[in-house]
Amino acid sequence: MIAQNIGFWIIALVMIVGALRVVTTNNVVHAALWLVVVLAGAAAQYILLAAEFVAITQVLVYIGAVMVLFLFGTMLTRARIGAESDLNNSYKKWGIPVAGAMFAAMGIALVNSFGKEKLPDTAPVVTTQQISDQIFGPYLLPFWALSFVLLAAVVGAIVLARKD
Amino acid sequence: MFVNQFLFLAAILFCIGVYGVVARKNAVLVLMSIELILNSVNINLLTFSLRNGSTDGHTFALYIIAVAAAEVGVGLGLVLLVYRNKRSISVDDLSEMSG
Repeated sequence: MIAQNIGFWIIALVMIVGALRVVTTNNVVHAALWLVVVLAGAAAQYILLAAEFVAITQVLVYIGAVMVLFLFGTMLTRARIGAESDLNNSYKKWGIPVAGAMFAAMGIALVNSFGKEKLPDTAPVVTTQQISDQIFGPYLLPFWALSFVLLAAVVGAIVLARKD
Repeated sequence: MFVNQFLFLAAILFCIGVYGVVARKNAVLVLMSIELILNSVNINLLTFSLRNGSTDGHTFALYIIAVAAAEVGVGLGLVLLVYRNKRSISVDDLSEMSG
């Protein structure tokens, strides 16, 4: 438990620093690379939460595929390699009170609801078989819907990005 | 480990993502901030899955990952189209819809 706690705090700190850099850096490519740090940290937290299959999917889909999409997006929109000054809104100072108010509301709700409640020390291992039983059992209809969403997204992205 | 330490981490990431959506002008960076928000939701789902001893949260997390991938694909397609038409991906320049 102590080792897991130490691991949690180190990874959480790295994730928060990375997330802050994503929203504050002046370089689009650096933002994408800091986002990799946050996503990898999230995968590590999933392992701490006994969700190995989701963690591996996170690494494959997010760090593998989505990051490549982001880097291609920055390349095709000809972001300058290096710092840019024109990335933030003129009213960006309003983002701090908005985010702060949301965090205060969520923090109060979390402290009131869960307080000092602990996670179970010995969690039952969730096997990939159990997850697939869920997906192809009670959640089959959402799975079909999701297949159509992905198909529509693929076709839509091609139609949008194609030069006529 | 407390339930709240994971939930607070997710809340912090969510709020940083919201700040990014408000503060950023570059459309690609707005999409990255949305990814931060979606990831914080996944952490929440898996925490509650462990707390309640069910596997539903894992299924939802996988579905969210798939939807997020589709969203990024379509979003970047839109960004490319905007860039081709306007030579800029600043979301402030897209004001045709405001009267």
